[in-house]
Amino acid sequence: MQTKNAAEIEPIVGRYIHLQLGGRDNRVYYEESVLAENTGIPFVCLHTAGADGRQFRHLMTDGDITRNFRVIAFDLPWHGKSLPPIGYHEEEYRLTTEGYVEAITAFCRGLGLERPVVMGCSMGGRVVLELALHHSEELRAVIGLEASDYQEPWYDTEWLHRPDVHGGEVCSALISGLVAPQSPDEYRWETLWGYLSSGPGVFKGDLHFYRQDSDYRDRSAQIDTDRCPMFLLTGEYDFSCTPEDTERTGRSISGSEVTIMKKLGHFPMSENPAHFRSYLLPVLRKILTMP
Amino acid sequence: MDKMSHVITHCIEQLPGLVNGNPQLVWRGRFLNTTFLMKIDSRPYYVTIKEGRIEDIQSGPALLRSWSFAVKASTQAWLKHWETFPEPGWHDIFSMAKTGQASIEGDLHPLMANLRYVKEVLAAPRAMIGG
Repeated sequence: MQTKNAAEIEPIVGRYIHLQLGGRDNRVYYEESVLAENTGIPFVCLHTAGADGRQFRHLMTDGDITRNFRVIAFDLPWHGKSLPPIGYHEEEYRLTTEGYVEAITAFCRGLGLERPVVMGCSMGGRVVLELALHHSEELRAVIGLEASDYQEPWYDTEWLHRPDVHGGEVCSALISGLVAPQSPDEYRWETLWGYLSSGPGVFKGDLHFYRQDSDYRDRSAQIDTDRCPMFLLTGEYDFSCTPEDTERTGRSISGSEVTIMKKLGHFPMSENPAHFRSYLLPVLRKILTMP
Repeated sequence: MDKMSHVITHCIEQLPGLVNGNPQLVWRGRFLNTTFLMKIDSRPYYVTIKEGRIEDIQSGPALLRSWSFAVKASTQAWLKHWETFPEPGWHDIFSMAKTGQASIEGDLHPLMANLRYVKEVLAAPRAMIGG
């Protein structure tokens, strides 16, 4: 009898946690690397709008990251393998700042995470500004990927959820241009699959937070990076959250560190993981030296 | 005719072959029947699609010629868009539209309902130009 596994099994495990959000029970899915054996610094990753935590799978199998960090990614309710709450069929999904922060803090507290590093991309990069403003005492540092305090819209979100246009197809085709041309086809299409397979109206509902409920231009200067160090990394091909948006945001937040990433777009961790790690690892090394 | 205009003319001439010779692309556009306007500088090209195949490209201007949607940009913008690895900002028609280097107009429903297909048709000369 062969004792070795007959096939490759990745060192990633998934579980469900029940969170009370907005007074309702939510069955939330999360994945984490078992390479870390729960000893590293908690490193919570927030996916982009209309997608799910699979975007961070490459970080979970990267020994140079998991050696010191416990990489964890959860799917927001309505996303990925997290169900929408009971009664979803009678409502329009709309993410708010309040609801988003409630989900993140409830998840971190639910798992008993002590001063995690939180890294979010796109809308996840926006919400780390809110976390740094109001929850700095609970955090070790924040990393905003494709993050800014505001950005100009570039299409009408009414196209995203209507009966005469396939939602997954149009969401995917719209955001496909945010992937850098140099990113490998394999990972480009894996990234796009998250949008192709997203639930109806979910991307549009997330953009409610992103476009209508999170303009931080009047508040970002209040962020104290002595209490919560902040790193902002944006791909040069991101025309949604542009490098200029991130640089402007960085200028308003004293002590924040801005990096513009060459040959990357709006989804650095999933569109070109091998290239992205060359930007992420130096940031994580800095965080390791921080108290 | 200057060199850039010659390249553009060649790309437009080759576009039906590039699209119709790609069975997967034709399949993706199988529900699309329309004529859209592709404008390069001031020169209009009326691109007629039938079930995902380019049936005809008519070089204009043609008086009172109707079309569903239009994508308009300069010669330089189209050539930048068609590079193998376009520079940031030139790699996507929506990026070009956001910066004012292109405009997307008209009845957008056939465009949005077939967006991957149309973007791939418009980017098809990338395979010829490279660089």
